Amino acid sequence: MALPRAETGLGKLAETLAGPTRTASSFALTIALALLAAVPILYLADSDPVTAYRALLEGSLGSDRAIGETLLAATPLFLGGLAVAVAFQAGLFNLGVEGQLLMGGLVAGALGAKLDLPAGVHLVVTLGAAMAAGALWALVPALLKALRGVHEVITTIMLNFIAFSVSRYLVSPDGLLVSKTQPAATDPVHESAQLPRIWEPTRLHAGIFVAVAAGLAAWYVLFRTPFGYRLRVVGRNPVAARYMGISPSRTIVKTMLLSGGFAGLAGAVEVLGLHRRYFDAFSPGYGFDAIAVALLGFLNPFGVAVAALFFGMLRAGSVLLQAQAGVSRDMISIISGLVVAFVAATVVLQRVSLRRHGEPMPLPSPTAAAEATDTAP
Amino acid sequence: MSDLFSIGLVLAAIHLSMPLIFAAIGGLISERAGVINIALEGKMLFGAFVGVVAVWWSGSPTIGVLAGIAIGIALGTLHAFFAVTLRADQIVSATAINLLALGITGALIASVWGQPGISPSVEQVPSLTVPGLAALPWVGRIFSDLTALDYTGFALVPLAYYFLFHTPWGLRVRACGESPEAAASTGVQVIRTRYLAVIVSGVLASLGGVYLSLAAVGVFQAGMTQGRGFIALAAVIFGKWLPFPVFGGALLFGLADAFQFRAQAVGLNVPHELLIALPYVVAIVALATFVGRATAPAAIGQPYVKE
Repeated sequence: MALPRAETGLGKLAETLAGPTRTASSFALTIALALLAAVPILYLADSDPVTAYRALLEGSLGSDRAIGETLLAATPLFLGGLAVAVAFQAGLFNLGVEGQLLMGGLVAGALGAKLDLPAGVHLVVTLGAAMAAGALWALVPALLKALRGVHEVITTIMLNFIAFSVSRYLVSPDGLLVSKTQPAATDPVHESAQLPRIWEPTRLHAGIFVAVAAGLAAWYVLFRTPFGYRLRVVGRNPVAARYMGISPSRTIVKTMLLSGGFAGLAGAVEVLGLHRRYFDAFSPGYGFDAIAVALLGFLNPFGVAVAALFFGMLRAGSVLLQAQAGVSRDMISIISGLVVAFVAATVVLQRVSLRRHGEPMPLPSPTAAAEATDTAP
Repeated sequence: MSDLFSIGLVLAAIHLSMPLIFAAIGGLISERAGVINIALEGKMLFGAFVGVVAVWWSGSPTIGVLAGIAIGIALGTLHAFFAVTLRADQIVSATAINLLALGITGALIASVWGQPGISPSVEQVPSLTVPGLAALPWVGRIFSDLTALDYTGFALVPLAYYFLFHTPWGLRVRACGESPEAAASTGVQVIRTRYLAVIVSGVLASLGGVYLSLAAVGVFQAGMTQGRGFIALAAVIFGKWLPFPVFGGALLFGLADAFQFRAQAVGLNVPHELLIALPYVVAIVALATFVGRATAPAAIGQPYVKE
């Protein structure tokens, strides 16, 4: 079914970039611009861009182990990106993914260590609980927005800081969940709840399958279910949504819960697959990179997957980047920020060029995209 | 207990509110002109960083403040370029500025000072002593503990009120935020007004950051703003975009922060890690209970297209 014309900022972003060729060229352009813009900053940080980018490439793709690390880092980024993308598709600025994934990771670590269930069951229960934790963390902003019109940008960010506090407290020396053997962490997760390694000798674990499944589920929900349709209509044009009988407040709450659930899953997958326990500050800012990942992926699960791979490369390569080019990990946040800036800018350029060439605005549905790629008989 | 509620608490509340006051008044002006300002956090952080670097290189806190003003102008211009000229989505552009601020300032600490995470101590903005008033019992301490920045910050509030509601320029700013098309039809230069408003907000937010690093602690630490820019925005909304209520909101959140600090010092029996969350919780509660449907400037967030 066709969507109404976008009137909201995020809606216009999603609308402008529908269509595979446009998406691919925008993606390449945005990355190129971001990497280019990072060059002067690299100079400012006393390092040579050529060495830096070569180190990044080698550290992310130069060996089996590197590729494993790339996929490993891409996993929580993909799930986090899905969380952000789902919310953004509904016009909701969920910037609280970092806090939501922290809560998910914490619950996963706690239940993984404290419960005693058969293998498989334990894992499923833990993952489910983590998703619930993330969803719950998104509930307060959701309700405040739906019932009181409070903008979710501020509330979700506030909850990030509250999450840092609460999680730190729970693994502090007097905390409820702190391990007896290691400070600022929970006990190790039982084997029955761990995500097994799948590619020796890399650290890649089964979490990537969870992520892929989640991605497919997200695509299906967004583009093949009535709820997903309602979600996207609310995101493009809330006024049209009301005319169509869609309740924006219900959609807002459900969307934020879904978004928080994906975020919680992101945290859980890291804790259960990579670290095998929860520890304070286990996330190097995945929730914030997820914003860039979602925008770079144009809020579409397939795009988000590719964007997650790109950022996974950045993260994996950052170790060598530090070692060989002396550039700190902060460079990734910088490239993140540049990507977000250039997505905002390239969307504008795209709209300008569309208007200039007189092309009618395409309706952002998968069928329209499929028709656009059909070769003429 | 009397230790907790004391002049020390008042002083702490002033020092912790001041960055919020600067940033909130800045945010107020930009939002009144119709540009959402989620980038207060990033501008604050840049201001805090640049201020310390400038003092490190020059040895003079005055230069630090001036450097903060300069970076505020630069960032405000950049932000305005994205939001007003390019008409890019305002929240996304602001998020970019925040991410860049965190990354760039964090990365540059090591380059400037050779050590990661935190700068060495630099000379702080000096306190001013008001003769006569400083000798007063009980409240006298205030008048020997505040800096020129503090007094400026306090003065900003009535100045902003006067400017916005009793001058023709203020009227133009508000017109741009309520209905830019109507404003343009009466000859108001919407683009230029919005640019100026965003630049002013950049300067003020940056000064808030300068206060945070130079007046409060004398160092720069990675990520030291800790969400204060967003709390300042909460103060703007809580204060319904009016200078004096916004000031009240900033004081409230600063008081929560001060309370949390002092409670730790007097050993109040609440876990330290949870107390840190107090200002953020207060901000959420304030937004939820006192605001209801927020009465933002009508055209806020919408790009203006010149006909």
